[in-house]
Amino acid sequence: MARTIVVTSGKGGVGKTTTSASVAMGLAQKGCRTAVIDFDVGLRNLDLIMGCERRVVYDFVNVINGEANLNQALIRDKRCGDLYILPASQTRDKDALTKEGVGQVLEELKKDFEYVVCDSPAGIERGATLAMYFADDAFVVTNPEIASVRDSDRMLGILASKSRRAEQNQDPIKEFLLLSRYSPKRVNMGEMLGVDDVQEILSMDLLGVIPESESVLAASNSGVPVVLNKESDAGQAYVDVVSRYMGEELPHRFINEERKGLFGRLFGG
Amino acid sequence: MSVNPNYHPSSPSVIEIKSSSVTLPLLKLLGNDLEKISSQLMEKVHLAPDFFLNAPVIIELREIVEKKMELDFSELVSMLKGYGMNPVGVRGGDETINENAKSVDLVVLSGPRSKQKTETVDREPIPDREETKETPSLAQIIDHPVRSGQKVYTPGADLIVLAQVSHGAEIMADGNIHVYGTLRGRALAGVKGNMKCRIFCQDFRAEIVSIGGHFKISENLDASLVGKPVQIYLQDESLIIEPI
Repeated sequence: MARTIVVTSGKGGVGKTTTSASVAMGLAQKGCRTAVIDFDVGLRNLDLIMGCERRVVYDFVNVINGEANLNQALIRDKRCGDLYILPASQTRDKDALTKEGVGQVLEELKKDFEYVVCDSPAGIERGATLAMYFADDAFVVTNPEIASVRDSDRMLGILASKSRRAEQNQDPIKEFLLLSRYSPKRVNMGEMLGVDDVQEILSMDLLGVIPESESVLAASNSGVPVVLNKESDAGQAYVDVVSRYMGEELPHRFINEERKGLFGRLFGG
Repeated sequence: MSVNPNYHPSSPSVIEIKSSSVTLPLLKLLGNDLEKISSQLMEKVHLAPDFFLNAPVIIELREIVEKKMELDFSELVSMLKGYGMNPVGVRGGDETINENAKSVDLVVLSGPRSKQKTETVDREPIPDREETKETPSLAQIIDHPVRSGQKVYTPGADLIVLAQVSHGAEIMADGNIHVYGTLRGRALAGVKGNMKCRIFCQDFRAEIVSIGGHFKISENLDASLVGKPVQIYLQDESLIIEPI
């Protein structure tokens, strides 16, 4: 049975699109047919991060309005044949999305795909609420700082009360917490909230910790989801996240400051 | 006494036997001249007609008994009814006069202990114990975290939260509030004005606490109380926050 995953946060700029791209790619690489949808109408980014911005003909709003069918709008990823992208419209705005329209598109996608990843825009208005309304699972992306944590808390409350599952009294959306842009060095200096702090404030366990990494910017600049970069710490963290989501138990990496030994300091690295 | 064969001990009760004290007007007779009684009553009734209209009246007979007078009860009763009164019983009489009273269906009540008071029927005056306030309903229990932006209100009851209350969340109750977790948001107890309500929490980090409208913001809270289990109550219109 297909699962719809929403990647959301409340706060902007925490790493939702980066996460959506890498998680969708990670799932597809494990052999699961995956579709990833950009819900940020008017401010679309997912196509850039996925490196398919020059192949966009039709978009999500075109499909909702019946101007194109799904097959015309979905873009197949060149690196992984099981991954498809549905880009957002750049010329319209969020009012172009309707609950019925979104629902129909998701229903159709679930017939063909095992996972449908919805990349939510920031905020708690229409785009964000529609992205999470039909979700089965939610990845709430948080940065280790108080503004982001509070916004994520708000988003958790909304997920619990304003989703279709909540309205129809079904099992609630399964919530997963992702801590991104984590810097153990700054945590130790007291500048940043630590893993334990965030878990305590949000009363939730972590699905994964993604370290702050220069490789993320490099990845988005080149249109390659960072999970494909085997040497990147962030990339490896996303690999762990996908494995944990699918049931594997793995210890959290990248949460402790690396201590360079004498040789390390002498010879760099 | 026969027992009703249809009596089933498990059927729900439709009656309740209670003790109650009631105030009734007392008409003390100082003579037995019915004409005089009538004319004097007429004056009184004219002064305050509503007082007597349909009033259940007790006839005080002590003086009549002491003066060894006789009394025609049926005439007395019709006369009183003529003035709109409703004689229901007598008191202070002896055995003979009581029998006469009973023959016209007047109830014989036990003698007075007080003197000239016009009040109380003399049973043991156990006052009605019914509360004028509504009995509070059972507390509402919440066992999931109350997230930022969520509001919870329990009208007419206590609120018990078995998880944390996040920053930016609001919990309100007409009664007491118990948070068996970290309280980071706003807690308002006794929202309808009940000053006796209290707030209890296991880990105190609230933004605002309020009881019956008296509130304190976190800036003005004693730092030594942060993170501790506390109870909060009103004393002389001041919020007291105490470790427990």
